[in-house]
Parts: sequence; structure tokens; C-alpha cells
Amino acid sequence: MLHSFIVDSFANRRHIIRFIIILIGLVYIVKLFVIQVVDSTYKLTASSNVLRYVTQFPARGLIYDREGKLLVYNEAAYDLMVIPRQLEPFDTTEFCQILDITKEYVDEALRRAKEFSVYNSSIFLKQVSSKTYANLQEKLYKYPGFFVQARTLRKYTLENGAHLLGYVGEVNNKIIESNEYYKSGDYIGVSGIEQSYEEYLRGQKGVNVYLVDVHNRIQGSYANGRLDRKAKVGSNIISTIDSDLQAYGEKLMRNKIGSIVAIEPSTGEILALVSSPTYNPELLVGRIRTKNYVTLMSDTLKPLFNRALMAQYPPGSTFKVVNALIGMQEKTLFPYTKYECVGAYYSRGLRVGCHFHRSPLNLIESIQMSCNTYYCNVFRSILDNKKYPSIRESFDKWREYIMSFGFGQYLNSDFGNELKGLVPTKQTYDRIYGENGWRSLTLISMAIGQGELGTTPLQMANMTAAIANRGYYYTPHVVEEIEGDFDLDERFYQKNYTKIDSNYFEIVIEGMDLAVNGEPGSGSTARSAQIPEITVCGKTGTAENPHGKDHSIFIAFAPKKNPKIAIAVYIENGGFGSTWAAPTAKLMIEEYLNDSISVPWWEEYVLNAEINYNAETSKHME
Amino acid sequence: MQRRVNIWSNIDWLTVAMYLVLVFLGWINIYAAVYNEDHHSIFDFSQRYGKQLIWIAAALVIAFIVFIIDINFYSYFAYIVYGLMIFLLIAVLIFGKEVHGAKSWFEIGRFRIQPAEFAKIATALVLARYLSSYNVQINTLKSYLRVAAIILIPSLLILLQNDTGSALVYFVFILVLYREGISESILLLGLFVVILFILALVLEKLIIIFLSIAIVFIIFWFLNRRLKNVGIGIGILFLTSAVLYGINEVLSMGLSYYYIILAALGISGLVYTILAIRYKIKNVALLLVFLIGSVLLTYSVDHVFNNFLEPHQQKRINVVLGLESDPYGVEYNVNQSKIAIGSGGLYGKGFLRGTQTKFDFVPEQSTDFIFCTIGEEWGFMGTFFVVSLFVFFLYRLIGIAERQRSPFSRIYGYGVVSVLFFHIVINIGMTIGLVPVIGIPLPFFSYGGSSLWAFTILLFIFLRLDASRLELLK
Ligand SMILES: [Zn+2]
Repeated sequence: MLHSFIVDSFANRRHIIRFIIILIGLVYIVKLFVIQVVDSTYKLTASSNVLRYVTQFPARGLIYDREGKLLVYNEAAYDLMVIPRQLEPFDTTEFCQILDITKEYVDEALRRAKEFSVYNSSIFLKQVSSKTYANLQEKLYKYPGFFVQARTLRKYTLENGAHLLGYVGEVNNKIIESNEYYKSGDYIGVSGIEQSYEEYLRGQKGVNVYLVDVHNRIQGSYANGRLDRKAKVGSNIISTIDSDLQAYGEKLMRNKIGSIVAIEPSTGEILALVSSPTYNPELLVGRIRTKNYVTLMSDTLKPLFNRALMAQYPPGSTFKVVNALIGMQEKTLFPYTKYECVGAYYSRGLRVGCHFHRSPLNLIESIQMSCNTYYCNVFRSILDNKKYPSIRESFDKWREYIMSFGFGQYLNSDFGNELKGLVPTKQTYDRIYGENGWRSLTLISMAIGQGELGTTPLQMANMTAAIANRGYYYTPHVVEEIEGDFDLDERFYQKNYTKIDSNYFEIVIEGMDLAVNGEPGSGSTARSAQIPEITVCGKTGTAENPHGKDHSIFIAFAPKKNPKIAIAVYIENGGFGSTWAAPTAKLMIEEYLNDSISVPWWEEYVLNAEINYNAETSKHME
Repeated sequence: MQRRVNIWSNIDWLTVAMYLVLVFLGWINIYAAVYNEDHHSIFDFSQRYGKQLIWIAAALVIAFIVFIIDINFYSYFAYIVYGLMIFLLIAVLIFGKEVHGAKSWFEIGRFRIQPAEFAKIATALVLARYLSSYNVQINTLKSYLRVAAIILIPSLLILLQNDTGSALVYFVFILVLYREGISESILLLGLFVVILFILALVLEKLIIIFLSIAIVFIIFWFLNRRLKNVGIGIGILFLTSAVLYGINEVLSMGLSYYYIILAALGISGLVYTILAIRYKIKNVALLLVFLIGSVLLTYSVDHVFNNFLEPHQQKRINVVLGLESDPYGVEYNVNQSKIAIGSGGLYGKGFLRGTQTKFDFVPEQSTDFIFCTIGEEWGFMGTFFVVSLFVFFLYRLIGIAERQRSPFSRIYGYGVVSVLFFHIVINIGMTIGLVPVIGIPLPFFSYGGSSLWAFTILLFIFLRLDASRLELLK
């Protein structure tokens, strides 16, 4: 009967397989017996029928300025939590009285909590004040299912630096789903330093496990605290900001739209970053946050918009410095090169206007007097360089130099919301004019920094730092040190070299020196930036604005030797660079280097500026 | 007609009864796990427990259909079914829907199905079909390669879907191969690789190389039985190491001990080879290959661990090995799970009286962590009963497999046993912290249509084959 086609010679291996199964079954049963019957750590006593997990929220790290002055700290706040499953009927009237809420709120909040989970705790009422908390604490035993969870709220020592510091907000569902750490109701840095350094600032949440009796009273720590986790306090952060300079910058910008970025060239540390209009950081803390956020969002002047990082303007005449450097590096321009200017540049029916000045000018004088004609010639000599087979190659080369200053790309500072800016490519022009349809004359507006170019104030300050350093820059950053054993990202310690030799910088710096410090009547364009005893090197600019009056721009660094500060100032609709931007930059530099203002008249002049912003311009501002 | 009457009377009703008990227990525990006061009827079809009842009803219909199909279908169409499954596994990678990071679901309207669950059945069928062919000798290179392909192709495709748990299930088919006579040395080698892999994560490389050398010399002594040869071997290694150490010190080259030992091994290996050829000592080549293999393996472990595993998978393994603590993620879940089970005590808190199981892992409470509910509400009595029932169930299935006259049915039966066994061991093991957290369902218990139906089909094909076992007398 036992007829089989193949001899089954391994039949006794079934015993081993059965043995393995029974063995593992036994191991599991023994383990279950241990945790369920023998080991009492997992038991709950008769009087205590519930474990409660109380999250310990660590204090968020503090933020200091570069002098060690405290900027951001914490204040205690209390969230009233509820676990719907443990609720029992209670006296709503008294409850509402203690908390100063309506019965409708109670119904609605309980409905939401039940919807979230019957067994898990959720927030019933956010940020109860310490006084209410003290009141509530005594009567909490009457309300089983409710308990209080301590949290911290941000407080600010100054009204300044809102854009820099950023703010803290509640996590949204997207974050909760993508990151295990965050639970509903947790806070997270939303912008600025708070966002970029969230991981360091937040610390590590802890948890305490308590036994709770039926009367909502904590019976003590569960299992001698074996399951508790201590919270780790967030690391403090020392920012690179000079809070006095920041405050001064915000004061100078109060009645203006625009921004100021100041960088220490030798390190890339951001000393001040002003975006105007701004807001008081306190507005975005606590229960008032949502309301204020909506108000700020609907403001037509966009105070929440960080212009220093996210507004793109044409660089204007400040860009002549870069074109001069490229010309010299490409050997199509020499310090002695002279071009005639008859008040405008003419070529094949095209006219680029200039202002009145003596003529001809050499390179240094061309920067001093900001001659448009000179740079139309320089730019064309770069693009029509015989070294390259066609403009397509010479344009690529030019673009490469531009990019090496950090334009047209993220600088990778430690802000999360930088914009790239705009540097056109060959393809941009191919699309507009066809592949062979464009020549150097087609692009002529870029000679003087207008046209298709878009740069952010941060990028401009960074370019200024690169000039101050005679050829390299450190990636701008706003944090100097993270307390604890943390290093800053390596990219902040590396020099980024431009593709221009350092000796060419000395020549343009001469021009920038003369632009500020030239004799009266010599045609210097930025004499309004002069500071006694300090050699400021600067360049004015005016960005064409199709929607209204032009924007006033000024870039500068000082002192000429061993520069301590590089700055870019943008005043929207401010007209010529020398009118508003240059004196503003001058005041900032003086405040930073001397801690005092030598000619108070200038301060008054800037503070009392009356720039006409109508609703229409502000709409198009970005 | 005669045949069909025979089938119904030959069904193993005891197994069917156990199946029904398990499915029923699953259902009421899902009810307890996601119990919601606003929807307290166990027949509320808007809730998971209501839906599970629909899946169960459908599973019984499916079981019936499996039964009325002719038994020859399963062996004749094994390859076609397998091919179709592979096609679906590829299709789901392209058209599938991502759920919890795994792209392993087809969504048709409101209905979701997971092909990976069904691919196990096809693999078990093909494996049975292939190994039961007349001309197949299991211990040949050709068979090894084919068997490996049959098992690993679906496994790799599932791995690509990011469903590591389901992909690992396929390794359990080794049990089937063992029963069918695969060489023990292959299994020992496999076991050795696994142990070495784990050791390499826990111990220093230097210690592992010492261990490997010690093992090799011990094996050498066992095979060779001459202490003198072993002594000479150790002596040579010791001398070369000492010389290299000296050179390293004198020239202060700053090499670590590990590399000195490695270099010494290389040099001594050459000497051994020469001596072995000269004096015709056996097995030296094999042992050297073994030694080199284990060095390479320990070397590759870091690479595999860091590059092929996702951070959360690394974390789970580290937590079980005690190398890392992860209070907010895995460890916390496992702690919760243990508290829930432990708090059940001897008799449990009673049906719907559990408090812990509802606490922290709400999303997986009715699926991967369903065993917690059993532990908490039914206590040790409940868990003892369920574990014992599972053990007896598997024991019974092995008995049924062994009474088959066709190798195809027997091998398939072992396939069923292996898959169920793996799921049970991993799922329960993770809830009590004995194995890493790998998200695979507990057969017949966990919530979900796909897994319930797949396990039902898997089981009932086997019962169908068994019911016809007497027909194979001819
Ligand atoms: Zn001119």
C-alpha cells in the first residue's frame, strides 16, 4: 500500500521540525508567564487602574546675540489636557468659571477630543495662565479625566529681529505624519533661527509614567520610574547678531520699505538683517498668535515677508564693480582703459543715458562717477571677446564669473527660505530671440545691472563681503555657536573663492573709495556715505522699478584695510542710491564701528525721510 | 460523483474547527481593541470589527470555492499562478498605492488589496511542484539555484515595495527544504552566516577574527586528529603576528591590531598552503576559504547594515541587540506592548475591560499588535491558550503533511506550516520583545481582508489536497 515514486528518506526530519515549533512555543509561554504572572513591574494595583503618561516638555534653548546678550527665553504655560475615557459627569458651571470659558466651548472641545481618541489625551484648553492654573490645581480632583501639562512659551527681551529669530508654531498634520518625534499640539520652529536650528533648540522630550487612581489623583511613579525618560533641555544658541546694530537698523528703516544686511567679511557672520516693515516677535506667541498671524498676513505691506532673503531686485549700478572685475580677469579691460562719454551710450540706434561728468574716464574714475557709457563698453568687450568663437561661449564665461559671487543660486546660509535670484542663461535668450538672434547689444542693460538680473539683499551683502575680502567669501550664517558638543556645519568655515584674481579687487576698491571719499566737485557719487576718520568704500545703485519710483541701493564695506563690516542697503522707491541708501549704510557702519554717530544731522535726515508709498507700489513690491 | 462525496467526508474537520476558533477569537479581539462607545454593536459595519466580519464571511466563501476546484488545478497551474503573482508584484510597484511608506497596495475603488499576501501561496505551490518533479535532486547546484530563484524573486520584489516584513517571510521556506532533505552543511553554513552577521554588529572585528581563528583550529583538530599539526599551525600564526607587531612598533606605522592579525593570517595562509601540499594534509584549503569568507563577511556587515537597511530598520535591530535606546520609537512601543500584556496578569482584566492596549499604538492595535489585547483582557490564561492552540494547529498540519502520498501535497503542506510558523513567531515575539519589531500580521487574528483571505486560501488548498489524498492510490 505504501507505494511511492520517490523514496522519502528524510521523513524523520519531521521530528526536528516539530521539536523546534514546540520549543519556541514553550519559550514564548515561559516568557509570557514571566511578564504576566511573575514580574510585578507590569502589574497595576487594585486602587490604581490607569497609567498616565505625562510628557515632560524640555525648555527650549535660549538665543543670545554675539555679545552674549539674551534675546529669546521661555516662560511657563500650562495646557489643560483631557482623556475622554476617564471623564465622569462634573459641575460644568464651576468648571467654566475657573477657566473663564463658555459651556459651548466645553462641549465643542470634548467632542473634538473624543474624535481624536477616547483613550489618548488631547489638549482641552491651551496655555492657561499661572494664576488660573493655581486655582485649578486645588479643584482638579473634582474633574476626573482632566490633568495639566506644563509647557513653555517664547519670550523676547527686545522688539527686534523678528525675521531673524523666526517664530515657533504648532506642528501641522503633515509634520506629525512624516516625523515620529512630533505629536499633535507640539511646537516647532517655523522660520528663522527657530526653524533652522530646531533640532538643537527643542531638546528631547521626556515622559513620566504615573499611576492614577479612580479619583484622578496621582498615586506615584509607576515601576519606580523605570519607564520614565528624562527630558533633555534644548541647547542654547549664540547668534552672530549684534543686537544694538539690529535695533538701530530697524529704527532707521521704520518709515521705509526695504532691507539691510550687514556681514562680517572675515567670517561670513551676519551682524544685522533688517526687513522692513517688520513686527514685534511677541505678536506670534501664545493664544494671540493665530489672530495676529491673520492680521499680519493680510497687511498689504507684508510684514511677514522677509525681504532680505526673498525679495529680488536688479542690482543696478553696484553691478558695475563685478563687470569691471570680469573685464580685467578676461583681459579686455585694463586700469588705464579710457572710454569717452557724451552723456549717453549710443549704438545702432540704441541709447543708454548717463549723467553729466567729465570725460574720458579711466577704470577707477568710472566707478567713482558711475559712468553708464563706460560699462556698456566694458560689457560689450567681454561678450565680443575674440578669444571665444561666439557670444554663446563668452556669455557662458561671463555667467560663470557671476555665479562665483553667489548669484543665481542658494547661498546655503542657515536660513531655510532664501531665494535663488535670477541670472539668465543662454537658453533664456534663445527662447526670446532665437538661437542666433541675440548679440552683446541685446543684453546691454545687464552692463549696468538692470534687465533680467535679480539679486537678493543677502546676495548683495555677500558680494560686498567678497570684494572686501579681495576675492572670497564665507557662506553667510546667523549662528556662531551651539552650546553642548555641537559644531556648526562645515560649509560655514570654508572659503568660497570667486573666479577673479585678488589683485584686480584692489583696483575696483580704489574706485569705491573715491566714490565715497572723493573731493567735493570731483563727481563722486556716494559722498553722503562719508564718515570722518574711517575709509568707507562703497558703490551706489538704482534699481529700475516698472511699478513706481526706482529703488535706492548702496553697498559698502569699512574700513578699507581689514574690513570689519560689509553692508547692503535697499530702500524701495527711494530713488537714487545716494539719496537714502548711502546715508543709511553710513549710519549703520558708524554705529557698528564707533558706537556713536558723528553728525546727528544725518540720523535725523534718515529718520525723517518721507518716501511716498501708495497702495499700488506696495502691491507690486515683491 | 463518487469522488466528490469522498472529498467532503475526508476533510480534516478538526483543523477546520481550529481555524474557525482562531478566526472567531481574532474577530472579538479586534472588537475589544478598537471598541468605541459610540459604535458599540459588534455588527457595526462602519467599524473595523464590523468590516472584519464581512472579511470572515467572504473568507468562508473563498474556502468553499477552493474546495470545489479540482485538485490537479493546483499542481498543473502552479507555474502560471506564480508567473501571474510576479506580474502583479511588479505591477504594484508601478501602479500601487503607498500606505505607511510601503508601496504594496492596489486600490480599486474603496477596496484595497495587497498582492504580497497572496504571493506566498504561489511560491509554496511552485516550490512543491518543482521539488516533487521526478528528476529533481535537491542537493545539486542546479536545484539550489532554481530553488533560490523561486524563493528570492518574490522576496526581492516585495523588498522593493518597502515591505521588509513580508519579504523576510520567504526565508522560512528553508524549513521546507530541510524537510525535503537539503544538506545539513548548507543549513549550518547559513546559520553560521547569520550568527556571524549578528556578532559582527555586537562585537569588535578583532574579537570576531580571534573567534574565527579559534573555531578553524578546533575544526582542524577534529578533522585531522593530530595535535602536532594544530600546534605547528598556531605557532606559525603566532610567530608571524609577533614579527609583524615588532615591525609595526619599530617603524611606528601605527597599524591597528586588526590589520596586523589580518596580514599575519595572509602570510601564514600561504605557509599553510605550501605545507599542506607538501605533506598532503587534507581540508586545509576548505578551512582557509572558510576563514577568508568570515573575514569578508564581517567586513561587509557594516556596509550592508549601513547601506541596505533604512535608519528605522537599523534602529529596530539595534534596540533588540541592546546597542541603542530609542525611548520614543520602537522601544517605547515594545514597552507599551509588554505593559499591556503584563498588566493582564493571570486571568486578565476581562472582555472590553482593557485600558492599556488602547493607549499608545492606536494605528496598529487591531493589526500587528492584536496579541496585546489578548494578553491584557484574557491574561496568561488567554495567551497560554492561544499559543498552545497555534502550536497544536501546526503540529496537526505537520501530521497531515506527513500522511500525504503525493510529495507535492506534502511539500506544499510544509510550505503552509512554515509560513504560518514564521508569522506567529515574529508577530507574538515582537509584542513580548523577543524579536525586532517587524510589521507582519498574526494569522487569522489581525484585522484586514488581504491577510485573512491569503491565509485562508493557503490553508484550504492544503486541506483540499489532503481530502483527496486517498485518490492517489493508483
Ligand atoms: Zn558717463
